[in-house]
Amino acid sequence: MIVADKKPVEEIIEYLKNHKNILILGCNECVTVCEAGGQKEVQVLASALRMNALKEGKDVKIDEITLERQCDHEYLEEIRDVIDQYDAVVSLACGVGIQFTAEQYPSIMVYPGVNTCFMGATEKRGVWTERCQGCGQCILAITGSVCPVTRCAKRLFNGPCGGSTKGKCEINPDIDCAWQLIVDRMKALDKLDQFEKLCPIKDWSTDRAGGPRKVVREDVQQ
Amino acid sequence: MSVKTPSKLEKILSEGHLAVTSECGPPRGSDPEVITKKAELIKDHVDAINITDNQTSVTRMCSLAACIRLKMMGLEPVLQMVTRDRNRIALQSDILGAASFDIHNILCLSGDHQSFGDCAQGQNVHDIDSMQLIQTVRYMRDEKKFLGGDEINRPPQMFVGAAANPFADPFEIRVPRLAKKVAAGVEFIQTQCIYNLDKFEEWMKGVRDRGLHEKVYILAGLTPMKSVGMARYMKNRVPGMDVPDEVVQRLGDTPKEKQPEEGIKICIESIERLKQVEGVAGFHIMAIEWEEMVPEIVEKGGLYPRPKVN
Repeated sequence: MIVADKKPVEEIIEYLKNHKNILILGCNECVTVCEAGGQKEVQVLASALRMNALKEGKDVKIDEITLERQCDHEYLEEIRDVIDQYDAVVSLACGVGIQFTAEQYPSIMVYPGVNTCFMGATEKRGVWTERCQGCGQCILAITGSVCPVTRCAKRLFNGPCGGSTKGKCEINPDIDCAWQLIVDRMKALDKLDQFEKLCPIKDWSTDRAGGPRKVVREDVQQ
Repeated sequence: MSVKTPSKLEKILSEGHLAVTSECGPPRGSDPEVITKKAELIKDHVDAINITDNQTSVTRMCSLAACIRLKMMGLEPVLQMVTRDRNRIALQSDILGAASFDIHNILCLSGDHQSFGDCAQGQNVHDIDSMQLIQTVRYMRDEKKFLGGDEINRPPQMFVGAAANPFADPFEIRVPRLAKKVAAGVEFIQTQCIYNLDKFEEWMKGVRDRGLHEKVYILAGLTPMKSVGMARYMKNRVPGMDVPDEVVQRLGDTPKEKQPEEGIKICIESIERLKQVEGVAGFHIMAIEWEEMVPEIVEKGGLYPRPKVN
């Protein structure tokens, strides 16, 4: 899923200082799972903003809606009839949802309510870690299903750097060395001999480097 | 191993001499004398001088410019180049720039992570890795082509080196990783600083068992300790460094004012022992901000005078 983290409420208050009618728009997908932008977080943020308005003696209307998704036209249509009541939306969706909402409603200011962090997984409640950077050319087949592009701080393709210590990355002892994980897994699979195969220079044109990306699937288009 | 480049370092190694290299860190400023003065201190006692490339990710004068300073003094530089800061366009471009000054040695590295340096908020590049940089230089030199396939007019003639850390984890792939660098085309290796000689010898045995010492020249890396404080710092704070307790204790048992002398002694003893290790082709003495000690280490290590080659 896409993992996001809450923005400090002070930052959101600063964005909203000149707005009077505000919609806090949650998303029921990834940001709900990572507890940054679902219905519950929408309620918490709306309450904090109302309290702040009260404290500052401002008359501000703050409404709450949580959509099934903000990355789909279909669900964004659900607010078309009410959107004109507002002069600002705070989207608690990921960066994708925030932008897609803004694209649908060009005449209203849409602010980010979360910091979108990465594609990752839930280690345990309250701990999410990154697994994929969407480079567009998956090499997991040759790296024991552990991604060095994402999980090695230097995205090395051919083995650990000289800073790998006791299974941990040189930049932070809390981070596993991706290559230790790769080697451990290759060993468990009895495929450590594959380690010596040189990984060729990567084609990054399918990565962010190649410019904004698009997947077109004619077979599923109607 | 036959000679493939005009590199003096390559020639010395190919003639079977124990080579001696050292390194100079460029200044955090533009004063060229910092480099030339350091080089003056060591030039008669070493065969080639590495210039580090923004080591520990602290911004400094660029390695290439400092290498050119050495060339202007008639010395033999080893251009260190990390893949952290440059993409494949910049790497190839700087290789050609160095080649235009007839810099004949390059050390291919991935580089310390930028979070250790003065620009921790910066991006890193890592378009290619150190292994792939070895391949790139060899391709440019041997195939006379850019990575993109176009011909290079007057290609680089560089003796291609890399680092190896026998002490980092996982230990079991440290010999295979060297084998991989050899397969990528590396011609000489400068190792991480050696303090745990037993472990280094174990690694070298693995290297010999695979015959790698006959395919690549291995220069044993040594850094003299200035104090017990430095030893503790290296042991506890520098990732991938293996400093045995005995070394820390030996320095700790030495009165403070005698510790630098003891550190030099340890270094010289290491040279004596490592000379006996089959497959060690020379020494890389990294006297960090202590270049003035290199001549003494080289002389007392029985590595002086340096051979003359044409």
